[in-house]
Parts: sequence; structure tokens; C-alpha cells
Amino acid sequence: MVGVQSIPSPAITADERSHEVDHPSSQVAQFGIEQPLRLDCGVDLSPFQIAYQTYGVLNADRSNAVLICHALTGDQHVANVHPVTAKPGWWETLVGPGRPLDPQHYFIICSNVIGGCMGSTGPASINPATGKVWGLDFPVITIPDMVRAQAMLIDRLGIDTLFAVVGGSMGGMQVLQWTAAYPGRVFSALAIACSTRHSAQNIAFHELGRQAVMADPDWHSGGYADHGIHPHRGLAVARMAAHITYLSDAALHRKFGRRMQDRELPTFSFDADFQVESYLRYQGSSFVERFDANSYLYLTRAMDYFDIAADHGGVLAKAFAGIQTRFCVVSFTSDWLFPTSESRALVHALNASSARVSFAEIETDRGHDAFLLDVPEFFDISRAFLQSAGKARGLKDKDG
Amino acid sequence: MSVQEVLPLGGVATGQPGDFRADHVLVAEMVKPGSKVLDVGCGEGDLLQLLETRGIDGRGIELSREGVNRCVAKGLAVVQGDADTDLVNYPDDAFDYVILSQTLQATRQPKVVLENLLRIGRRAIVTFPNFGFWKMRLQLLIGGHMPRTENLPASWYDTANIHFCTIKDFIELCDAIGVKMERAEALDLYGRPLRLRLPWWVWNLFGEQGVFLLTRGQGK
Repeated sequence: MVGVQSIPSPAITADERSHEVDHPSSQVAQFGIEQPLRLDCGVDLSPFQIAYQTYGVLNADRSNAVLICHALTGDQHVANVHPVTAKPGWWETLVGPGRPLDPQHYFIICSNVIGGCMGSTGPASINPATGKVWGLDFPVITIPDMVRAQAMLIDRLGIDTLFAVVGGSMGGMQVLQWTAAYPGRVFSALAIACSTRHSAQNIAFHELGRQAVMADPDWHSGGYADHGIHPHRGLAVARMAAHITYLSDAALHRKFGRRMQDRELPTFSFDADFQVESYLRYQGSSFVERFDANSYLYLTRAMDYFDIAADHGGVLAKAFAGIQTRFCVVSFTSDWLFPTSESRALVHALNASSARVSFAEIETDRGHDAFLLDVPEFFDISRAFLQSAGKARGLKDKDG
Repeated sequence: MSVQEVLPLGGVATGQPGDFRADHVLVAEMVKPGSKVLDVGCGEGDLLQLLETRGIDGRGIELSREGVNRCVAKGLAVVQGDADTDLVNYPDDAFDYVILSQTLQATRQPKVVLENLLRIGRRAIVTFPNFGFWKMRLQLLIGGHMPRTENLPASWYDTANIHFCTIKDFIELCDAIGVKMERAEALDLYGRPLRLRLPWWVWNLFGEQGVFLLTRGQGK
């Protein structure tokens, strides 16, 4: 028989994961039946909860609040050790002491999106009506739904206007949705490696990922929680496919080339002979330790449905008509998931709305993931944009 | 198009307060405080920074990625774009002034660009190197080769400047498309305005660059 190396089983039990889902190691805002979340699909979600982290202190006139919106597989643990993986926060390159988003200057908020699995209500949460895990009974959510929930959290925190809303990828979609839905509440917006609508190619990749999850017999039509199991293999394949789209040909070649993994010669099997195979398998298997399969289906769907122009009569510029928000749009040359052309279309629409916008394309071979990595030019631009916005907002510049 | 690439105006800031170029200071003086300005081909944002110190809300378009990123890193509202193709995305009357500084000669369609400037902005300020400058004429007449000067050192085969004109040519273009000249200046080799009110033909001979403040003509 030809040798096969399957994806290793996860190091965490299902019980531990569900603990973060219902009782997150974060602050939690509870919204009772008197405060339902109006979803685009027509359902009122109630009760629900939002798990969030904050860094820094809100100033006296409540003008230094920054909302960070996380990407598809991110969560609220931006700049602290992750409670499940014990890894550093996912955006410690941008957020932290001496970083462009320094908690010494800003009150930084990041919440887990609705539909997520790190403590905000989602398909892995318990449905209070049945006492069982929601699973596919959870209503389909959209990017505007996520933002509506965030706005309720910001209200709860007593903040009227956010100094900045910042995010990349799906987080960037939320940034743009914030400016379109609540223009008066966003002083500045930093939208990175994103788009105002999900492209056909991106929808296609998401469908591939969803089908991989659904093809896993352990998925049980979304009811795996009732079987005390999780579709690790399907979700890992979905993650592996998606992960390729976050990189670039050049980055993969530079990192791995055709190098072999701990061996000199091919094994003439389907073992992970190549380093790149081993890397992808690791990405897949580590992802399933911290992410819920149904949540992955819901969040990819939310991105697919995203199309700001469609909500404004097909004219993107109408979404931003008369907006006073200061925008900074950033793209990366090797990002083929959210290519520069998408950012350029956004910038044209913002120009047509006479919005104040900066747009920089950063040269890097690191693909879509570049926004999470150490790219000094990106940090310089983010820092300068936030500082100049801070000056306009009357924030004290402690950077000197 | 970055100013540095198109037209290195080395040392023209001599004798001016701050580090600002003389032609920039002249342009900035033409802009009323508190107005909204688009600088097309803003280079590394020097003029925008000067305008900012005067309380002017400035935006920029720049072709080179390096120029844009340096502008954005200075906190300026600048986007990457091309004067020839991207001005159409701006709505009518979006700005009080649109500035085209040392860029007109590098555009593919100067006439269309000029028309767009005065569609987007109620006023336009255009500066350009005068190809009628005596040094240029002399090189062509006596030397028999394409002129090269301190400020325009590139050879004919590697210059980004594809549509040179003289001050006289520019005035004729303005007349042809019904653009009104509100103010005109000619600058000498050091970027200083020619102080005397001289006839056009003198400016066309002794002006190294032309600086024009334009408005829409009648019937526009």
C-alpha cells in the first residue's frame, strides 16, 4: 500500500473549545430579548452576546476609541496571548507599545464577529430556545449584521464616534461597511487589502472550502455537535486551500521551493515529501484546534454576500456621498485575493464622493497575508495616517 | 508623474523662506486660504505640505508608487493615479483649485487634461517649462540638437516630457478651449517672477517657466 500521512488529530478536546464559545476568556456584552440584533435575513437574533478585548484607556472626551475588525479566521485577541493556542495576538505587529496603534494613546476595542466561535453568538453557541448547539439552525449573517452588532457594543461602551475603524481582508469589509452605514460615527477609516464586494473568484474559493467541510462525514449535515465530534479533516482541507490564496507564488517559492521535508529523496508515496505539503498540513491541523466548522461556513458566506454598491442602487459612490470620514486604503502588489484593482475601484468611488482619501500600494511578494506580517512601509503609512487624523481630531500626540 | 523624474528643478528655492521651492511659493500665494485643492502630479507632496501650512485642504494624485507612499507617510491625502486616465473619476466642481505643476508636458493629452482640470475645479493653476525660452531656441538654432538645460537635463530619447509647448502655445490653447487667464507669471531660470509687466513675446523669450491661474471662460 502507498504510504499516506493523514492530518494529525487536534491537541484540544471538544469540551475545551466549547468553553471559549460560551464562556470566553474575554469581556462579554450580553444583549437581552429587549435588544435584538436585526439581521439582514429578516430574523431578530435574541438574546445574543459579544465577546471583546480592549487595550488602553478611553480618554475623558471619549474621542480616542479605535475599533479593530478581525478577518475571517481572526478573533478578538489582537494583542494578547491567545487563550486556546497560547500564541501571541494576531496583530501585535500593528497594535502594542511603540506600534502604530499604541494602547498608550488609544482605547482599542476588538470584538469577535457575530457568527464567530470565540465567544460571540454563532452557530457553535447554545440556542437558548432548544438548549442545544445552534448548528445550521443559526440564521445566515452578513457583514452589515456584524457591523450592526459592533455598533450595539460601541453604544454599550458609551462611545458615540470612533476615532478610527481599522481592519484587513474581511476586517476591511467591515471598515467600509461602518463608513457606509454609520458615516457620522467614524472619524477615520483604515481599510487594508479588501474590497467593496467579494469577487467571483473569491466566492469560488469559499465554495470549495465549504464543500470540503460538507464532504466530511463527520460534519453530519452541520449537526456534528450532537455526535460529539468535529469535521476536522474537511475543515483542515478548507483551510489548506484558503491558505494558498493568502500567499503568492513568489512567497511559496522563496519559503519552500521544491525542498524536501526531512528527507533526501522522494518516498514514492503520498506522504508529505515536500516542505510545502508539510507546511500546509500543519496550517490545516492547527486551524481546526481553534475554529468551528459551521462558523467557517457562516463567515465565508457573509463575505460572499458582501457588495456595498448593490445596497446603494449599484453605484458605489452613492454609498459614500458627502462622507466626512478620512480614509486610508492600502493594498499589496502580490495580493491576488484582494488585488490592487479592487482598492483602486474603491478609491475612485471615494474620489467621486470628494472624500478625503489616501491610497498606497505596498510592494511585497508576501501576498494577501502581508497585512499581518512585518512590512515596515505599511506600518509607516498606518502610523502617519493615524497621527495626521489624530491631529485633526485634536488628540494629543504623545509620539513626539 | 513625480516632479523629480520629469523636471529636476535643483536649487530654485534659494533665497526663499523655509525649504519651499520658489514656484511652489508663487502657486501657494495664488490659492485663497481655506479652499479645497487637488494637486495633480504632486510628487513627494512638497507643495501640498506648503498649502497645509496655510490652512488649505489639499489632496493629491501621483503616478509613481514611491512618491505616493512618501506622501501618505507624511499624512497627506494622496492617491496613486494618472492625470490622463483618472481625472475623469472626479465629479464637477469638486475642488476650488486644481493644480498641475510641471506635469502638463508629460501628459498624453494635455488639452483633455486641461479641460478636466477646469471641470473638476472652479480654477486651475498650471505651471510648465517654456520651450520658447531663449536658451532652448539657441540650442536648436545654433547647436542643431534638442535643447537640454539645467532644469531639463534628459536626452530626447529618455525624457518623460512628450508634449513641450511655449508660453505662446499655451495661451493659444487656452483661447481655443475658452479658458480665461486670471493671472499669468513668467519665472526666470531661478524660479523668480519676471517683475516687469512685459509684452507676451518677451515672456516667451525670457521666461523659463510659465505659471497661469485659469478660470472657466464665458459659456462654460
